[in-house]
Amino acid sequence: MTPELKGFLLVASLKILVAFSLVNVGVIMVIWAERRVSAFLQDRLGPNRVGPLGLLQSLADGVKNFTKEETYPAEADPVVFVLAPVLSFIPAMLAAAVIPFGSPLPGFDMTLPIIGQIVYSGEIPMMIADLPIGFLFILAITSLGVYGIVMAGWSSNNKYAFLGSLRGSAQMVSYEIAMGMGLVALMILVGNVTLTEAIARQQESTWFIFPLFIGFFLFAVSSLAETNRLPFDLPETESELVTGFHTEYSSMKFSMFFMAEYANMITASAMMATLFFGGWDIPFTTWDEGPASYLRFFATFGVFLAKTWMFMLTFIWIRWTLPRFRFDQLMQLGWKFMIPLALGYIMLIATTVWVLDTRGVEFGIVYSLILFAVNLPLTYVLFSILDRGKVLGGSQHKRVKVSA
Amino acid sequence: MTLPLFWVFGGIAILSGFMCITRRSPVASALWLIQTMFSLAGIYVLLDAQFIAVIQVLVYAGAIMVIFLFVIMLLNLGRTKTTDMVGRPGQITSLVLGTLMTLELFVLNKVIPAEQFRLPEGTMATMTDEMGAVGMIAEPLFRGYIVPFEITSVLLLAAVVGAVVLAKRKI
Repeated sequence: MTPELKGFLLVASLKILVAFSLVNVGVIMVIWAERRVSAFLQDRLGPNRVGPLGLLQSLADGVKNFTKEETYPAEADPVVFVLAPVLSFIPAMLAAAVIPFGSPLPGFDMTLPIIGQIVYSGEIPMMIADLPIGFLFILAITSLGVYGIVMAGWSSNNKYAFLGSLRGSAQMVSYEIAMGMGLVALMILVGNVTLTEAIARQQESTWFIFPLFIGFFLFAVSSLAETNRLPFDLPETESELVTGFHTEYSSMKFSMFFMAEYANMITASAMMATLFFGGWDIPFTTWDEGPASYLRFFATFGVFLAKTWMFMLTFIWIRWTLPRFRFDQLMQLGWKFMIPLALGYIMLIATTVWVLDTRGVEFGIVYSLILFAVNLPLTYVLFSILDRGKVLGGSQHKRVKVSA
Repeated sequence: MTLPLFWVFGGIAILSGFMCITRRSPVASALWLIQTMFSLAGIYVLLDAQFIAVIQVLVYAGAIMVIFLFVIMLLNLGRTKTTDMVGRPGQITSLVLGTLMTLELFVLNKVIPAEQFRLPEGTMATMTDEMGAVGMIAEPLFRGYIVPFEITSVLLLAAVVGAVVLAKRKI
Protein backbone atom coordinates (compact mmCIF):
# COMPACT_ATOMS: atom_id res chain seq x y z
CA MET A 1 0.00 0.00 0.00
CA THR A 2 1.19 3.49 -0.81
CA PRO A 3 1.46 6.03 2.05
CA GLU A 4 -1.39 8.04 0.44
CA LEU A 5 -3.75 5.05 0.43
CA LYS A 6 -2.90 4.30 4.06
CA GLY A 7 -3.59 7.92 4.97
CA PHE A 8 -6.91 7.86 3.12
CA LEU A 9 -7.98 4.61 4.79
CA LEU A 10 -7.03 5.88 8.23
CA VAL A 11 -8.86 9.19 7.77
CA ALA A 12 -11.92 7.56 6.22
CA SER A 13 -12.31 4.96 8.95
CA LEU A 14 -11.83 7.54 11.69
CA LYS A 15 -14.44 9.83 10.14
CA ILE A 16 -16.92 6.96 9.80
CA LEU A 17 -16.30 6.07 13.44
CA VAL A 18 -16.88 9.67 14.57
CA ALA A 19 -20.04 10.19 12.51
CA PHE A 20 -21.50 6.82 13.44
CA SER A 21 -20.88 7.33 17.15
CA LEU A 22 -22.23 10.89 16.86
CA VAL A 23 -25.53 9.43 15.67
CA ASN A 24 -25.63 6.49 18.08
CA VAL A 25 -24.47 8.28 21.21
CA GLY A 26 -26.76 11.11 20.12
CA VAL A 27 -29.69 8.68 20.01
CA ILE A 28 -28.96 7.51 23.56
CA MET A 29 -28.61 11.08 24.75
CA VAL A 30 -31.70 12.38 23.01
CA ILE A 31 -33.90 9.60 24.39
CA TRP A 32 -32.69 10.54 27.86
CA ALA A 33 -33.20 14.23 27.06
CA GLU A 34 -36.73 13.59 25.83
CA ARG A 35 -37.69 11.84 29.03
CA ARG A 36 -36.08 14.48 31.23
CA VAL A 37 -37.48 17.42 29.28
CA SER A 38 -40.97 15.93 29.16
CA ALA A 39 -40.74 15.38 32.90
CA PHE A 40 -39.64 18.99 33.35
CA LEU A 41 -42.53 20.25 31.21
CA GLN A 42 -45.02 18.19 33.19
CA ASP A 43 -43.51 19.02 36.58
CA ARG A 44 -42.19 15.52 37.23
CA LEU A 45 -38.67 14.24 37.91
CA GLY A 46 -38.14 11.82 35.07
CA PRO A 47 -35.52 9.05 35.07
CA ASN A 48 -32.84 10.10 37.60
CA ARG A 49 -31.64 6.86 39.21
CA VAL A 50 -29.37 5.10 36.69
CA GLY A 51 -26.07 6.93 36.63
CA PRO A 52 -25.59 10.66 37.27
CA LEU A 53 -28.85 12.53 36.47
CA GLY A 54 -30.15 9.27 35.02
CA LEU A 55 -27.83 9.55 32.04
CA LEU A 56 -27.37 5.79 31.73
CA GLN A 57 -31.13 5.08 31.67
CA SER A 58 -31.18 4.52 27.89
CA LEU A 59 -28.28 2.07 28.13
CA ALA A 60 -30.13 0.14 30.82
CA ASP A 61 -33.24 0.10 28.63
CA GLY A 62 -31.14 -1.14 25.71
CA VAL A 63 -29.81 -4.05 27.79
CA LYS A 64 -33.36 -4.78 28.96
CA ASN A 65 -34.62 -4.88 25.38
CA PHE A 66 -31.84 -7.26 24.36
CA THR A 67 -32.97 -9.76 26.96
CA LYS A 68 -36.72 -9.50 26.30
CA GLU A 69 -38.66 -12.23 24.57
CA GLU A 70 -39.08 -11.89 20.82
CA THR A 71 -42.66 -12.44 19.74
CA TYR A 72 -43.83 -13.36 16.27
CA PRO A 73 -47.49 -13.00 15.32
CA ALA A 74 -48.83 -16.29 14.02
CA GLU A 75 -50.15 -14.87 10.75
CA ALA A 76 -47.22 -12.54 10.06
CA ASP A 77 -45.19 -12.67 6.87
CA PRO A 78 -41.91 -14.07 8.29
CA VAL A 79 -39.36 -12.48 5.91
CA VAL A 80 -40.90 -9.03 5.62
CA PHE A 81 -41.62 -8.93 9.35
CA VAL A 82 -37.91 -9.30 10.18
CA LEU A 83 -36.75 -7.09 7.31
CA ALA A 84 -38.91 -4.09 8.28
CA PRO A 85 -36.98 -2.85 11.38
CA VAL A 86 -33.69 -3.26 9.50
CA LEU A 87 -35.02 -1.22 6.58
CA SER A 88 -36.07 1.57 8.87
CA PHE A 89 -32.82 1.51 10.88
CA ILE A 90 -30.21 1.48 8.08
CA PRO A 91 -31.35 4.59 6.14
CA ALA A 92 -31.52 6.50 9.41
CA MET A 93 -27.87 5.65 10.07
CA LEU A 94 -26.73 6.29 6.48
CA ALA A 95 -28.08 9.81 6.16
CA ALA A 96 -25.47 11.30 8.47
CA ALA A 97 -22.72 10.47 5.95
CA VAL A 98 -22.81 13.77 4.05
CA ILE A 99 -23.25 16.27 6.89
CA PRO A 100 -20.08 18.30 7.60
CA PHE A 101 -19.52 18.35 11.35
CA GLY A 102 -16.59 20.75 11.62
CA SER A 103 -14.09 22.89 9.76
CA PRO A 104 -11.42 20.95 7.84
CA LEU A 105 -8.40 19.49 9.60
CA PRO A 106 -4.85 19.97 8.23
CA GLY A 107 -3.31 17.05 6.35
CA PHE A 108 -0.39 15.12 7.84
CA ASP A 109 2.79 13.28 6.91
CA MET A 110 4.08 11.01 9.63
CA THR A 111 5.90 7.74 10.14
CA LEU A 112 4.56 5.24 12.65
CA PRO A 113 6.19 2.00 13.83
CA ILE A 114 4.97 -1.18 12.03
CA ILE A 115 2.52 0.74 9.79
CA GLY A 116 5.16 2.94 8.18
CA GLN A 117 4.73 6.29 6.50
CA ILE A 118 1.19 7.74 6.34
CA VAL A 119 0.45 10.76 4.15
CA TYR A 120 -2.71 12.83 3.69
CA SER A 121 -1.98 15.84 1.54
CA GLY A 122 -4.30 18.83 1.56
CA GLU A 123 -7.05 19.61 4.04
CA ILE A 124 -9.25 16.84 5.40
CA PRO A 125 -12.94 17.71 4.89
CA MET A 126 -14.89 16.77 8.02
CA MET A 127 -17.66 14.70 6.47
CA ILE A 128 -17.62 11.03 5.49
CA ALA A 129 -18.25 11.75 1.81
CA ASP A 130 -18.41 15.12 0.06
CA LEU A 131 -20.89 13.98 -2.58
CA PRO A 132 -21.71 16.29 -5.51
CA ILE A 133 -25.42 15.66 -4.79
CA GLY A 134 -25.16 16.88 -1.18
CA PHE A 135 -28.47 17.17 0.63
CA LEU A 136 -30.36 15.41 -2.17
CA PHE A 137 -28.61 12.29 -0.90
CA ILE A 138 -30.13 12.83 2.54
CA LEU A 139 -33.60 13.38 1.05
CA ALA A 140 -33.26 10.23 -1.08
CA ILE A 141 -31.98 8.02 1.73
CA THR A 142 -34.48 9.21 4.32
CA SER A 143 -37.30 8.71 1.81
CA LEU A 144 -36.43 5.00 1.91
CA GLY A 145 -37.19 4.93 5.64
CA VAL A 146 -40.90 4.79 4.83
CA TYR A 147 -40.47 1.19 3.63
CA GLY A 148 -39.69 0.13 7.17
CA ILE A 149 -43.04 1.54 8.30
CA VAL A 150 -45.02 0.19 5.34
CA MET A 151 -43.52 -3.29 5.56
CA ALA A 152 -43.90 -3.44 9.34
CA GLY A 153 -47.57 -2.54 9.15
CA TRP A 154 -48.39 -4.89 6.32
CA SER A 155 -46.44 -7.92 7.53
CA SER A 156 -47.79 -7.77 11.10
CA ASN A 157 -51.25 -8.73 9.84
CA ASN A 158 -52.84 -6.53 12.47
CA LYS A 159 -55.43 -3.91 11.60
CA TYR A 160 -53.97 -1.24 13.86
CA ALA A 161 -50.46 -1.73 12.51
CA PHE A 162 -51.88 -1.76 9.00
CA LEU A 163 -53.75 1.52 9.47
CA GLY A 164 -50.63 3.06 10.97
CA SER A 165 -48.51 2.10 8.01
CA LEU A 166 -51.12 3.34 5.52
CA ARG A 167 -51.10 6.69 7.27
CA GLY A 168 -47.31 6.67 7.44
CA SER A 169 -46.81 6.10 3.74
CA ALA A 170 -49.36 8.75 2.71
CA GLN A 171 -47.96 11.27 5.17
CA MET A 172 -44.30 10.80 4.32
CA VAL A 173 -44.82 10.92 0.56
CA SER A 174 -46.89 14.10 0.87
CA TYR A 175 -44.50 15.98 3.12
CA GLU A 176 -41.46 14.93 1.11
CA ILE A 177 -42.77 17.17 -1.68
CA ALA A 178 -43.14 20.19 0.59
CA MET A 179 -39.71 19.52 2.07
CA GLY A 180 -38.00 19.28 -1.32
CA MET A 181 -39.75 22.38 -2.60
CA GLY A 182 -38.81 24.32 0.51
CA LEU A 183 -35.20 23.52 -0.32
CA VAL A 184 -35.46 24.67 -3.95
CA ALA A 185 -35.37 28.30 -2.78
CA LEU A 186 -32.15 27.47 -0.95
CA MET A 187 -30.73 25.90 -4.11
CA ILE A 188 -31.39 29.18 -5.94
CA LEU A 189 -29.29 31.07 -3.41
CA VAL A 190 -26.50 28.50 -3.15
CA GLY A 191 -26.34 27.67 -6.86
CA ASN A 192 -25.50 24.07 -6.02
CA VAL A 193 -26.69 21.26 -3.77
CA THR A 194 -23.51 20.37 -1.87
CA LEU A 195 -23.52 21.08 1.84
CA THR A 196 -19.96 22.47 1.84
CA GLU A 197 -21.01 25.10 -0.67
CA ALA A 198 -24.16 25.90 1.33
CA ILE A 199 -21.97 26.61 4.38
CA ALA A 200 -19.48 28.66 2.33
CA ARG A 201 -22.28 30.82 0.92
CA GLN A 202 -23.66 31.43 4.42
CA GLN A 203 -20.21 32.53 5.56
CA GLU A 204 -20.09 34.99 2.66
CA SER A 205 -23.42 36.57 3.63
CA THR A 206 -25.64 35.77 6.60
CA TRP A 207 -27.16 32.54 7.81
CA PHE A 208 -29.93 31.48 5.47
CA ILE A 209 -32.54 31.71 8.23
CA PHE A 210 -32.76 35.41 7.32
CA PRO A 211 -33.05 35.39 3.52
CA LEU A 212 -35.11 32.16 3.56
CA PHE A 213 -37.27 32.59 6.64
CA ILE A 214 -40.37 30.95 5.13
CA GLY A 215 -38.17 28.27 3.57
CA PHE A 216 -36.95 27.34 7.04
CA PHE A 217 -40.53 27.30 8.32
CA LEU A 218 -41.54 24.93 5.50
CA PHE A 219 -38.53 22.70 6.10
CA ALA A 220 -39.03 22.57 9.86
CA VAL A 221 -42.73 21.69 9.65
CA SER A 222 -42.22 19.01 7.02
CA SER A 223 -39.30 17.48 8.89
CA LEU A 224 -41.61 17.10 11.89
CA ALA A 225 -43.91 15.13 9.59
CA GLU A 226 -41.06 13.16 8.02
CA THR A 227 -39.71 12.06 11.38
CA ASN A 228 -43.23 11.15 12.61
CA ARG A 229 -42.99 13.41 15.61
CA LEU A 230 -45.92 15.07 17.31
CA PRO A 231 -48.00 16.99 16.19
CA PHE A 232 -47.72 14.69 13.16
CA ASP A 233 -47.15 11.24 14.69
CA LEU A 234 -50.19 9.81 12.92
CA PRO A 235 -48.54 6.43 12.10
CA GLU A 236 -48.25 5.77 15.85
CA THR A 237 -51.11 7.62 17.60
CA GLU A 238 -51.23 5.59 20.78
CA SER A 239 -54.70 6.92 21.55
CA GLU A 240 -56.19 5.44 18.36
CA LEU A 241 -53.94 2.68 17.02
CA VAL A 242 -52.30 1.07 20.10
CA THR A 243 -48.80 2.04 18.89
CA GLY A 244 -49.43 2.03 15.16
CA PHE A 245 -47.09 0.30 12.78
CA HIS A 246 -44.88 -1.30 15.45
CA THR A 247 -47.71 -2.72 17.58
CA GLU A 248 -46.60 -6.33 17.02
CA TYR A 249 -42.89 -5.75 17.57
CA SER A 250 -41.09 -6.58 20.77
CA SER A 251 -37.58 -6.67 22.15
CA MET A 252 -34.72 -5.41 19.95
CA LYS A 253 -36.85 -5.15 16.82
CA PHE A 254 -38.99 -2.55 18.56
CA SER A 255 -35.80 -0.84 19.72
CA MET A 256 -34.61 -0.53 16.15
CA PHE A 257 -37.74 1.41 15.19
CA PHE A 258 -37.31 3.53 18.27
CA MET A 259 -33.64 4.26 17.52
CA ALA A 260 -34.42 4.97 13.85
CA GLU A 261 -36.96 7.61 14.89
CA TYR A 262 -34.43 9.42 17.04
CA ALA A 263 -31.64 9.03 14.47
CA ASN A 264 -33.95 10.63 11.91
CA MET A 265 -34.56 13.44 14.35
CA ILE A 266 -30.80 13.98 14.70
CA THR A 267 -30.40 14.03 10.92
CA ALA A 268 -33.23 16.53 10.54
CA SER A 269 -31.75 18.76 13.27
CA ALA A 270 -28.29 18.59 11.72
CA MET A 271 -29.80 19.44 8.32
CA MET A 272 -31.59 22.49 9.75
CA ALA A 273 -28.40 23.59 11.51
CA THR A 274 -26.33 23.12 8.35
CA LEU A 275 -28.67 24.57 5.76
CA PHE A 276 -30.24 27.46 7.65
CA PHE A 277 -27.99 28.19 10.64
CA GLY A 278 -24.54 28.11 9.07
CA GLY A 279 -23.51 24.56 10.01
CA TRP A 280 -20.20 24.67 11.87
CA ASP A 281 -19.87 28.44 11.23
CA ILE A 282 -19.18 30.53 14.36
CA PRO A 283 -21.25 33.74 14.16
CA PHE A 284 -19.83 37.29 14.22
CA THR A 285 -16.26 36.22 13.43
CA THR A 286 -14.25 35.11 10.42
CA TRP A 287 -11.63 33.40 12.58
CA ASP A 288 -13.13 29.97 11.89
CA GLU A 289 -12.72 30.40 8.13
CA GLY A 290 -8.93 30.66 8.43
CA PRO A 291 -6.48 27.91 7.49
CA ALA A 292 -7.20 24.46 8.91
CA SER A 293 -6.07 23.79 12.45
CA TYR A 294 -7.01 21.46 15.29
CA LEU A 295 -8.20 24.29 17.52
CA ARG A 296 -10.52 25.58 14.78
CA PHE A 297 -11.88 22.08 14.23
CA PHE A 298 -12.75 21.50 17.88
CA ALA A 299 -14.31 24.96 18.23
CA THR A 300 -16.46 24.55 15.10
CA PHE A 301 -17.35 20.98 16.06
CA GLY A 302 -18.65 22.26 19.38
CA VAL A 303 -20.68 24.95 17.66
CA PHE A 304 -22.19 22.42 15.27
CA LEU A 305 -23.17 20.13 18.15
CA ALA A 306 -24.69 23.06 20.03
CA LYS A 307 -26.82 24.09 17.04
CA THR A 308 -27.95 20.52 16.39
CA TRP A 309 -28.89 20.03 20.03
CA MET A 310 -30.81 23.26 20.06
CA PHE A 311 -33.05 21.91 17.30
CA MET A 312 -33.41 18.54 18.99
CA LEU A 313 -34.57 20.24 22.18
CA THR A 314 -37.01 22.24 20.07
CA PHE A 315 -38.34 19.00 18.59
CA ILE A 316 -38.88 17.66 22.12
CA TRP A 317 -40.43 20.91 23.28
CA ILE A 318 -42.89 20.85 20.36
CA ARG A 319 -43.78 17.23 21.04
CA TRP A 320 -44.75 17.88 24.63
CA THR A 321 -46.56 21.13 23.88
CA LEU A 322 -48.79 20.69 20.83
CA PRO A 323 -51.73 18.32 20.50
CA ARG A 324 -51.92 15.88 17.62
CA PHE A 325 -53.41 16.78 14.24
CA ARG A 326 -56.27 14.77 12.81
CA PHE A 327 -55.30 12.84 9.68
CA ASP A 328 -57.48 14.90 7.31
CA GLN A 329 -56.09 18.10 8.86
CA LEU A 330 -52.59 16.80 8.27
CA MET A 331 -53.30 16.04 4.63
CA GLN A 332 -54.99 19.42 4.11
CA LEU A 333 -52.05 21.22 5.67
CA GLY A 334 -49.66 19.31 3.44
CA TRP A 335 -51.41 19.53 0.10
CA LYS A 336 -53.54 22.66 0.34
CA PHE A 337 -51.21 24.89 2.31
CA MET A 338 -47.57 23.79 2.37
CA ILE A 339 -47.17 22.83 -1.29
CA PRO A 340 -48.85 25.95 -2.78
CA LEU A 341 -46.92 28.09 -0.30
CA ALA A 342 -43.64 26.41 -1.26
CA LEU A 343 -44.36 26.92 -4.98
CA GLY A 344 -45.23 30.57 -4.49
CA TYR A 345 -42.17 31.04 -2.32
CA ILE A 346 -39.86 29.61 -4.99
CA MET A 347 -41.26 32.16 -7.46
CA LEU A 348 -40.89 35.01 -4.98
CA ILE A 349 -37.27 34.16 -4.15
CA ALA A 350 -36.37 33.53 -7.80
CA THR A 351 -37.84 36.89 -8.85
CA THR A 352 -36.06 38.76 -6.05
CA VAL A 353 -32.76 37.06 -6.85
CA TRP A 354 -33.21 37.91 -10.53
CA VAL A 355 -33.95 41.57 -9.76
CA LEU A 356 -30.98 41.82 -7.39
CA ASP A 357 -28.64 40.17 -9.88
CA THR A 358 -29.72 42.36 -12.79
CA ARG A 359 -29.34 45.45 -10.58
CA GLY A 360 -25.78 44.32 -9.88
CA VAL A 361 -26.11 43.83 -6.12
CA GLU A 362 -23.14 41.79 -4.87
CA PHE A 363 -23.93 38.60 -2.97
CA GLY A 364 -23.27 39.41 0.66
CA ILE A 365 -24.84 40.70 3.84
CA VAL A 366 -26.87 43.44 2.10
CA TYR A 367 -28.16 40.93 -0.45
CA SER A 368 -29.37 38.66 2.37
CA LEU A 369 -30.99 41.48 4.28
CA ILE A 370 -32.93 42.62 1.20
CA LEU A 371 -34.23 39.07 0.84
CA PHE A 372 -35.10 39.07 4.54
CA ALA A 373 -37.08 42.26 4.02
CA VAL A 374 -38.98 40.52 1.21
CA ASN A 375 -39.72 37.63 3.57
CA LEU A 376 -41.11 39.75 6.38
CA PRO A 377 -44.46 40.80 4.86
CA LEU A 378 -45.12 37.22 3.78
CA THR A 379 -44.30 36.00 7.27
CA TYR A 380 -46.69 38.57 8.72
CA VAL A 381 -49.44 37.46 6.34
CA LEU A 382 -48.89 33.82 7.24
CA PHE A 383 -48.63 34.11 10.98
CA SER A 384 -51.15 36.81 11.72
CA ILE A 385 -53.80 36.79 9.00
CA LEU A 386 -54.00 33.14 7.90
CA ASP A 387 -53.54 31.85 11.41
CA ARG A 388 -55.78 34.56 12.91
CA GLY A 389 -52.95 35.86 15.07
CA LYS A 390 -52.66 32.70 17.16
CA VAL A 391 -48.94 32.18 16.44
CA LEU A 392 -47.97 35.74 17.28
CA GLY A 393 -50.41 36.64 20.05
CA GLY A 394 -51.38 33.27 21.45
CA SER A 395 -55.07 32.51 21.85
CA GLN A 396 -55.39 34.83 24.85
CA HIS A 397 -57.27 37.62 23.12
CA LYS A 398 -59.92 35.22 21.86
CA ARG A 399 -60.97 34.26 25.35
CA VAL A 400 -64.61 35.10 25.91
CA LYS A 401 -65.26 37.06 29.07
CA VAL A 402 -67.94 35.44 31.18
CA SER A 403 -69.86 37.92 33.24
CA ALA A 404 -70.95 36.98 36.72
CA MET B 1 -12.78 -0.75 -9.39
CA THR B 2 -15.65 0.36 -11.64
CA LEU B 3 -16.01 -2.86 -13.60
CA PRO B 4 -16.41 -5.29 -10.66
CA LEU B 5 -18.91 -2.90 -9.08
CA PHE B 6 -20.79 -2.76 -12.36
CA TRP B 7 -21.04 -6.56 -12.38
CA VAL B 8 -22.24 -6.58 -8.78
CA PHE B 9 -24.96 -3.98 -9.37
CA GLY B 10 -25.89 -5.40 -12.77
CA GLY B 11 -26.13 -8.89 -11.33
CA ILE B 12 -28.32 -7.74 -8.45
CA ALA B 13 -30.53 -5.77 -10.84
CA ILE B 14 -31.07 -8.72 -13.18
CA LEU B 15 -31.60 -11.18 -10.35
CA SER B 16 -34.15 -8.97 -8.61
CA GLY B 17 -35.86 -8.21 -11.90
CA PHE B 18 -36.24 -11.97 -12.41
CA MET B 19 -37.53 -12.42 -8.86
CA CYS B 20 -39.96 -9.52 -9.41
CA ILE B 21 -41.73 -11.22 -12.32
CA THR B 22 -41.74 -14.71 -10.80
CA ARG B 23 -43.05 -14.03 -7.28
CA ARG B 24 -46.68 -14.86 -6.57
CA SER B 25 -47.29 -12.21 -3.91
CA PRO B 26 -47.66 -8.69 -5.34
CA VAL B 27 -45.98 -7.21 -2.26
CA ALA B 28 -42.88 -9.39 -2.78
CA SER B 29 -42.83 -8.40 -6.46
CA ALA B 30 -42.96 -4.72 -5.56
CA LEU B 31 -40.13 -5.11 -3.03
CA TRP B 32 -37.95 -6.88 -5.60
CA LEU B 33 -38.71 -4.09 -8.08
CA ILE B 34 -37.46 -1.54 -5.53
CA GLN B 35 -34.27 -3.59 -5.26
CA THR B 36 -33.87 -3.43 -9.07
CA MET B 37 -34.31 0.33 -9.07
CA PHE B 38 -31.79 0.74 -6.29
CA SER B 39 -29.17 -1.29 -8.17
CA LEU B 40 -29.83 0.81 -11.28
CA ALA B 41 -29.09 3.90 -9.19
CA GLY B 42 -25.77 2.29 -8.27
CA ILE B 43 -24.97 1.83 -11.97
CA TYR B 44 -25.81 5.49 -12.66
CA VAL B 45 -23.34 6.54 -9.97
CA LEU B 46 -20.67 4.40 -11.64
CA LEU B 47 -21.38 6.35 -14.85
CA ASP B 48 -20.75 9.63 -12.93
CA ALA B 49 -24.44 10.57 -13.25
CA GLN B 50 -25.05 11.20 -9.55
CA PHE B 51 -28.06 13.43 -10.05
CA ILE B 52 -29.87 10.84 -12.15
CA ALA B 53 -29.01 8.25 -9.50
CA VAL B 54 -30.41 10.31 -6.65
CA ILE B 55 -33.57 11.11 -8.62
CA GLN B 56 -33.94 7.41 -9.34
CA VAL B 57 -33.90 6.68 -5.61
CA LEU B 58 -35.89 9.74 -4.55
CA VAL B 59 -38.68 9.54 -7.14
CA TYR B 60 -38.91 5.90 -8.20
CA ALA B 61 -37.82 4.00 -5.10
CA GLY B 62 -38.87 6.63 -2.56
CA ALA B 63 -42.18 7.89 -3.93
CA ILE B 64 -43.67 5.94 -6.85
CA MET B 65 -43.06 2.51 -5.38
CA VAL B 66 -44.47 3.67 -2.04
CA ILE B 67 -47.68 4.54 -3.89
CA PHE B 68 -47.58 1.12 -5.59
CA LEU B 69 -47.24 -0.64 -2.25
CA PHE B 70 -49.93 1.63 -0.81
CA VAL B 71 -52.40 0.57 -3.51
CA ILE B 72 -51.47 -3.12 -3.23
CA MET B 73 -51.96 -2.98 0.51
CA LEU B 74 -55.16 -0.97 0.26
CA LEU B 75 -56.70 -3.53 -2.11
CA ASN B 76 -55.32 -6.26 0.18
CA LEU B 77 -53.82 -8.23 -2.67
CA GLY B 78 -50.80 -9.21 -0.61
CA ARG B 79 -51.90 -12.51 0.83
CA THR B 80 -54.02 -14.07 -1.90
CA LYS B 81 -53.38 -17.71 -2.61
CA THR B 82 -54.69 -17.57 -6.18
CA THR B 83 -52.52 -16.10 -8.88
CA ASP B 84 -53.07 -14.17 -12.07
CA MET B 85 -49.84 -15.43 -13.60
CA VAL B 86 -50.17 -16.42 -17.25
CA GLY B 87 -50.43 -20.05 -18.32
CA ARG B 88 -48.18 -22.15 -20.54
CA PRO B 89 -48.76 -20.24 -23.86
CA GLY B 90 -47.95 -16.93 -22.17
CA GLN B 91 -44.82 -18.35 -20.62
CA ILE B 92 -43.57 -19.66 -23.99
CA THR B 93 -44.30 -16.29 -25.66
CA SER B 94 -42.44 -14.39 -22.98
CA LEU B 95 -39.51 -16.81 -23.18
CA VAL B 96 -39.25 -16.29 -26.97
CA LEU B 97 -39.55 -12.50 -26.64
CA GLY B 98 -37.03 -12.42 -23.82
CA THR B 99 -34.50 -14.42 -25.83
CA LEU B 100 -35.03 -12.10 -28.80
CA MET B 101 -34.43 -9.05 -26.64
CA THR B 102 -31.25 -10.52 -25.16
CA LEU B 103 -29.97 -11.21 -28.69
CA GLU B 104 -30.80 -7.64 -29.70
CA LEU B 105 -28.82 -6.39 -26.73
CA PHE B 106 -25.80 -8.39 -27.89
CA VAL B 107 -26.10 -6.81 -31.35
CA LEU B 108 -26.55 -3.30 -29.89
CA ASN B 109 -23.42 -3.84 -27.82
CA LYS B 110 -21.43 -4.15 -31.10
CA VAL B 111 -22.77 -0.85 -32.54
CA ILE B 112 -20.41 2.12 -32.36
CA PRO B 113 -22.42 5.23 -31.40
CA ALA B 114 -22.25 8.43 -33.45
CA GLU B 115 -19.46 10.94 -32.79
CA GLN B 116 -21.58 13.43 -30.80
CA PHE B 117 -22.74 10.74 -28.37
CA ARG B 118 -19.22 9.74 -27.42
CA LEU B 119 -17.53 11.81 -24.74
CA PRO B 120 -13.88 11.43 -23.81
CA GLU B 121 -13.36 9.58 -20.52
CA GLY B 122 -13.68 11.78 -17.43
CA THR B 123 -15.85 14.44 -19.14
CA MET B 124 -18.71 13.83 -16.72
CA ALA B 125 -16.45 14.11 -13.67
CA THR B 126 -14.91 17.42 -14.77
CA MET B 127 -18.31 18.82 -15.73
CA THR B 128 -19.69 17.85 -12.31
CA ASP B 129 -16.81 19.68 -10.65
CA GLU B 130 -17.34 22.78 -12.78
CA MET B 131 -21.12 23.14 -12.84
CA GLY B 132 -22.30 20.97 -9.97
CA ALA B 133 -24.33 17.78 -10.34
CA VAL B 134 -27.62 19.65 -10.80
CA GLY B 135 -26.31 22.50 -12.95
CA MET B 136 -25.01 19.98 -15.46
CA ILE B 137 -28.58 18.80 -16.12
CA ALA B 138 -30.33 22.13 -15.58
CA GLU B 139 -28.21 24.14 -18.01
CA PRO B 140 -29.20 22.28 -21.22
CA LEU B 141 -32.68 21.44 -19.90
CA PHE B 142 -33.73 25.05 -19.23
CA ARG B 143 -31.74 26.75 -22.00
CA GLY B 144 -31.31 24.41 -24.96
CA TYR B 145 -34.38 22.19 -24.57
CA ILE B 146 -36.85 24.49 -22.85
CA VAL B 147 -39.67 23.92 -25.37
CA PRO B 148 -39.62 20.10 -25.25
CA PHE B 149 -39.36 20.34 -21.47
CA GLU B 150 -42.42 22.59 -21.21
CA ILE B 151 -44.38 20.40 -23.63
CA THR B 152 -43.61 17.37 -21.47
CA SER B 153 -44.83 19.20 -18.40
CA VAL B 154 -48.10 20.13 -20.18
CA LEU B 155 -48.49 16.45 -21.09
CA LEU B 156 -48.04 15.46 -17.45
CA LEU B 157 -50.50 18.14 -16.37
CA ALA B 158 -53.06 16.74 -18.82
CA ALA B 159 -52.54 13.30 -17.30
CA VAL B 160 -53.06 14.68 -13.80
CA VAL B 161 -56.26 16.49 -14.82
CA GLY B 162 -57.46 13.31 -16.53
CA ALA B 163 -56.81 11.26 -13.41
CA VAL B 164 -58.73 13.72 -11.25
CA VAL B 165 -61.66 13.76 -13.67
CA LEU B 166 -61.77 9.96 -13.79
CA ALA B 167 -61.49 9.57 -10.03
CA LYS B 168 -63.83 12.33 -8.96
CA ARG B 169 -67.13 12.29 -10.82
CA LYS B 170 -68.61 15.25 -8.98
CA ILE B 171 -66.29 18.25 -9.07
